[in-house]
Amino acid sequence: MAEVDIRLTLNGEERSASVEPRLLLSDFIRHHMRLTGTHVGCEHGVCGACTVIVDGEPQRSCLMFAVQADGASVETIEGVAPNGELGPVQQAFHEAHGMQCGFCTPGFVMSLTALLRNSPDADDDELLDSLSGNLCRCTGYVNIIEAARLARERMNGAA
Amino acid sequence: MPPDGLIGQALPRVEDERLLRGAGRYVDDIHPEGCLEAAFLRSPFAHARVTNVDLSEAVRAPGVVAAFDGAQAAALAGPLVFDMARIVPEPVRRSVDPLVRVQPMPSLATDRVTFVGQPVAMVVAESRYLAEDALQLIDVEYEDLPVVVDPERALEPDAPLLEPEWEDNVAIAFNFRKGDPDAAFAAAHATVEERFRSHRYMAAPIETRGVVAAVDPFDGRLTVWASSQTPHLLRDFLAGALGYAPDRLRVVAPDVGGGFGMKGSIYPEDLLVPMAARELGRPVKWIEDRAEDLASSTHGREQVHRIALAADADGRILALRDDIVHNAGAFTTLGLVVPYNSLTHLLGPYDIEAVDVRMRVALTNTGVTAPFRGAGRPETVFAVERAMDRLARELGMDPAELRERNMVRPEQMPYATGLVYRDGADQVYDSGDYPGLLRKARELVDAEELLAQSSEERRIGVGYAAYTEGTGVGPFESARVSVEPGGKVIVRYGGASQGQGHRTTLAQIAADALGVRFEDVEVRGGDSGELAQGFGTIASRTLVLAGNAIVEAATEVRERAKRIAAEMLEISPDDLELAEGAFSPKGSPGTKLPLGDVAGFLSPFNPARPKGESADLAAGSIYRPSTVTYAAGVHAVVVAVDVATGMVELLRYAVAHDCGRVVNPTIADGQIAGGVMQGIGGALYEELVYDDAGQLVTGSFLDYLLPTASEAPELRLAHLDVPSPLNPLGVKGLGEGGAIGPPAAIANAVEDALHELGVVVREGPLGPSRVRELIREAVKAGHGKVNTVGS
Ligand code: FES
Ligand code: FES
Repeated sequence: MAEVDIRLTLNGEERSASVEPRLLLSDFIRHHMRLTGTHVGCEHGVCGACTVIVDGEPQRSCLMFAVQADGASVETIEGVAPNGELGPVQQAFHEAHGMQCGFCTPGFVMSLTALLRNSPDADDDELLDSLSGNLCRCTGYVNIIEAARLARERMNGAA
Repeated sequence: MPPDGLIGQALPRVEDERLLRGAGRYVDDIHPEGCLEAAFLRSPFAHARVTNVDLSEAVRAPGVVAAFDGAQAAALAGPLVFDMARIVPEPVRRSVDPLVRVQPMPSLATDRVTFVGQPVAMVVAESRYLAEDALQLIDVEYEDLPVVVDPERALEPDAPLLEPEWEDNVAIAFNFRKGDPDAAFAAAHATVEERFRSHRYMAAPIETRGVVAAVDPFDGRLTVWASSQTPHLLRDFLAGALGYAPDRLRVVAPDVGGGFGMKGSIYPEDLLVPMAARELGRPVKWIEDRAEDLASSTHGREQVHRIALAADADGRILALRDDIVHNAGAFTTLGLVVPYNSLTHLLGPYDIEAVDVRMRVALTNTGVTAPFRGAGRPETVFAVERAMDRLARELGMDPAELRERNMVRPEQMPYATGLVYRDGADQVYDSGDYPGLLRKARELVDAEELLAQSSEERRIGVGYAAYTEGTGVGPFESARVSVEPGGKVIVRYGGASQGQGHRTTLAQIAADALGVRFEDVEVRGGDSGELAQGFGTIASRTLVLAGNAIVEAATEVRERAKRIAAEMLEISPDDLELAEGAFSPKGSPGTKLPLGDVAGFLSPFNPARPKGESADLAAGSIYRPSTVTYAAGVHAVVVAVDVATGMVELLRYAVAHDCGRVVNPTIADGQIAGGVMQGIGGALYEELVYDDAGQLVTGSFLDYLLPTASEAPELRLAHLDVPSPLNPLGVKGLGEGGAIGPPAAIANAVEDALHELGVVVREGPLGPSRVRELIREAVKAGHGKVNTVGS
């Protein structure tokens, strides 16, 4: 299959690659860029484990082709707190025990990070709405909801 | 018993940071140099003869390295034989004299397929994309065979046979009887009899299964990374099936994205991927996709109970009868495990004298059912706890009151049920306060005020479910504790973590037992290369078994270190104390001899090292429990049912739980919350549906509905923990408990809400359309409006 050249910003760095048009963005990130923090749980747009931030908005990377990210700025879990301290959303998941196996966690962190950056004073309904786009099979969500509230509080405090 | 120091503390998890940065290492993150990728062609038919598999075009497709059909696979590796499933302890044989027929499962179908999703051919290519392209070029000829999906139908004399050489579809059968149930039923003041069905749903961890295998080109050793709960069992199985000496084969379960029992089974792909790696001399990877997971990974539940209770006028239950049919799916891979659990948890917390149970396990043309969080318990609890509510209504009694009247009382502990547990020991509840749990759950759920808001259109009801859970089943788990010369303590255990936080809880246990700081302990598991022996993390067992193995090993290390430290300091061992990783003479805490220095003193490089002492400060232990320990819980839930839409809303969910001594309350509560949510999923949303032709109708997350954060109810948890007298730590397992109660508690609450309409709930999930149907049927049957049934 003929390959297509793409250029994008990935976690702040310019990257270019030649990819098949059918290559999923999730596979491009995981297998071509070797950023394995973005997870794949269903490959049909339901679980949200593959969520990344594309030009400021949360997107399911399994529902996008890599070629669609040409020219875009893509942020993955590895870009949230590249070194040093955990970001506020990450820290909140840790403190509220909002994670067990951790497989869904990067997806939740990305969804919530995008939400709270765009609307730092999101109310509980908006939080729940956003969280409902991601599936977790371990925690029963109680602590994830708790973590989301904690992150909101912290990010508001910081703003 | 070790000091209480770290045990019981809500320490934050040590595993989180890595996972939060996206630096976890799950099986698909492992990609050795030159790794090939596999894809499987799966049967589109539930039952068919396979007359021809033509791989010739597929092997010529771009990027394809090899393709295998059933015959080739059978020549290269044995079938999946589940030897452990055949084991029936002698006391179990004496108690219920079971029939147990376990079939070998071909890794790839040879002449027949018996369920949709069964693997038929494997393609290995340079990438998953290319492997999947080539699947479309495989030509398989199938000849239809008659299909049976329903387990009761499968037991009829003219049903199509799953195993042509058997005379029927019964894979397992047993009976249990105690007391005189016939006399009790004849003399009873009230009896109820109902048919309840526990429907099929599954674990569906967010990470699907996956396997990567690589052969070391220099020494021929095989390493397998698998998303597995039982790497050691997988190693032993692979050694047999592939003909490797166990020490030339290493199985690693890296970070695993949830398992819930499903990843405790061994699957065809677990064998085929390493086989291909060996044959091709290159690493091979396979990652299951979600459609494969829903069709081909093990399912859970699916039992039909015809259950009857007999009671006297005071609501004392005199006898229980149950005729159970369990749907095994196309293969029985784990033998007695699930159906026998259903028997040994049928009486739950109740003291019932006369019992008559028949269990039949039927093969059908559906996916394999195997342990899934609860493993036979939620099924049985659904039947008994529904029957309790029917009986309460019949007697005009409060359902909680009826339960309390029949519970084993704390002063009856230890209490023998008259059954034999699956491990061969008499079933004896070791400890617990069941009426206390019930009262606690009732208090927590605080239903009165909510019930008062009930209206004609939005009816509110309360439901309970009580259960016991045998946890920490043997035969063993192993651990090794070693102190490194720098003072760091390494704890190896034979289990594997899928999110339970073992690296935290087991470190708490080890640090306490040894007398070192929590930060100095590193826990390693899930790797047969770290520890030769192991069993795995299934059946709520790791805390009990690995936990106590660690205590034993750590105690041995501590005693030995004390002896050596005493020599070093030239005082009596009795005058030494060990705390925070250093010895001090009693009364002079200022003088400190770090444990790491004691380890260093033993070094072979030290000319002054004591004669006759081994060079490492380490000890191993294999902990074998005498039998299981009994955790228990009572769930209570208040629901609102919208009569017009059939929508069920959970207003409040309460759990009172006894899991023995709690090591880390935050993690323990997290386990319960997660289990409860899986139970809620099963109660309200999730169902694996087959049509009459055996096609799986719910083949994606668009049809198989997992609950989301919006469905999480207000959850109130309380512990009423009674330490187990059966093990030094006093712990009981708790991984599964949360998932056992919800289907029954919620069904009871929904029926309570709708009782004036005459609704009887006989199966789940209670989605809007089923609830509407129940209401319509009840109204049509003339149960009419108000006060027709009970109070
Ligand atoms: S993997 Fe993309 S939504 Fe599930
Ligand atoms: S923590 Fe395991 S799926 Fe969410």
